[in-house]
Amino acid sequence: MIFPRIIARLDIKGPNLVKGIHLEGLRVLGSPSQFANKYFIDGADELFYQDVVASLYNRNSILEFIRNTAKTISIPLTVGGGIREISDISNALEAGADKVAINTAAINNPNIIKEASRIFGSSTIVATVETIESENKTYLAYTDNGREYTGIDIFEWCKKLEDLGAGEIMITSIDRDGTGTGCDTYLIEKIRDLISVPLIAHGGIGVTKHIEQAFLSGANAVAIASIIHYGALFDNEFIDNETIEGNKNFVSNFKKFKSFGPIDIKKIKNELKDIVPIRDK
Amino acid sequence: MEISIINYGMNNLYSVQNACNNIGINSIITDDHEVILNSKIAILPGVGAFREAIQNIKNKNLDKSIYDFISTGKPFFGVCLGMQLLFDESAEFGSTQGLGIIKGKVSRFDSNVKKKLIVPHVGWNKVSFNNNNYKNSVMKNNLNKEFMYFVHSYYVTPQSKDIELTSTTYQDTTYCSSIITENVTAFQFHPEKSGNNGIKIFNEIKKLL
Repeated sequence: MIFPRIIARLDIKGPNLVKGIHLEGLRVLGSPSQFANKYFIDGADELFYQDVVASLYNRNSILEFIRNTAKTISIPLTVGGGIREISDISNALEAGADKVAINTAAINNPNIIKEASRIFGSSTIVATVETIESENKTYLAYTDNGREYTGIDIFEWCKKLEDLGAGEIMITSIDRDGTGTGCDTYLIEKIRDLISVPLIAHGGIGVTKHIEQAFLSGANAVAIASIIHYGALFDNEFIDNETIEGNKNFVSNFKKFKSFGPIDIKKIKNELKDIVPIRDK
Repeated sequence: MEISIINYGMNNLYSVQNACNNIGINSIITDDHEVILNSKIAILPGVGAFREAIQNIKNKNLDKSIYDFISTGKPFFGVCLGMQLLFDESAEFGSTQGLGIIKGKVSRFDSNVKKKLIVPHVGWNKVSFNNNNYKNSVMKNNLNKEFMYFVHSYYVTPQSKDIELTSTTYQDTTYCSSIITENVTAFQFHPEKSGNNGIKIFNEIKKLL
């Protein structure tokens, strides 16, 4: 038996929880810890923090979030963004993360995956692959949160990442990210046939049905963001203007341009439980 | 100190300490022989590679601390790799000798792309009681068939079924997911990452102090 996982993904920029579309146009949604705590209570199987501007901000801010999360939340936490060296991994783990996610550094120096998995164990290392579909079902890898083109074919790359020792692979469809139009099931199926480590699908989930499709395509876990962030914002009490910095217009006017419904992880699991095995308590 | 968390230079020590802090147990992360021996409970945590772990333990003479602590009869806990290390040997890198405290071996799950056998086992899975060992364990609190969090590629097979505390089924393999023998209890899963079910275990550990 495998119980597929629902991972709540929080993209973090400085002090804020943010979410974009195609990894761009980041909107400020609120305080990451407030959302993380809700997802933990609602029954998320894991949390995933992505520091989306790790290179531009002081690393201490994300480490502080990790420390605070670890104090109160007793489910696994993966941290990605700005992991470049072995010492970055040690720092994240010492702060209380259980796994780290690596994309850019692995493209620049594939041996970091090998070395990190030897030192910390494969299961601590999640390799993330961000991709845009180009012509004829060709998928190329991008780095730096979708900003930099590499020209690398991701199917070969996923196999290489497994060989290097990655314990899990997270595939982000940049085309689908933030759109709520469903996962790229072709992409999931194709990677599933190439690797035997757990596969996490990310990008495109807007309704519960999309999660079911991702699992049936071979994903062992899904990372979800917009669906639960916007779902949470339907609760007016949840909007915390005090802690939001920067542009607050989106959150204030959120319901005018909604493309997601009022849903949370508890409801998602309830809808899934008769279809796939799921942790329900 | 109440609990010593044995530090052999491999993570993840901090999540175990966080779990202790959260329910008000004093703990110390240490590699000091005297500190370990003088604590009321010792925990051997660990994530990572078996061979590297054993080498680190031996380099720091912590194998002696572990043997000496266990022989005092005080409660000793192993978690994940910290469970596997107690066994005779692991199939990692051919064969690697363990601490030999528990008779048995450590083997790798079969992985196979064609058969869709996925390794490592990452995520939540159920633990089952198949005997009465749970009654005198820190799992006595209604944890049969409950979910715990697992992250591992290798699993233990004790020589004697009698020490099995729980079993778990992952894909086509049913294996021993925790053991209990006199004062030694060890879990393949991570109680410190298993939400409220894990907290129940830590609360029982607290009662042993």
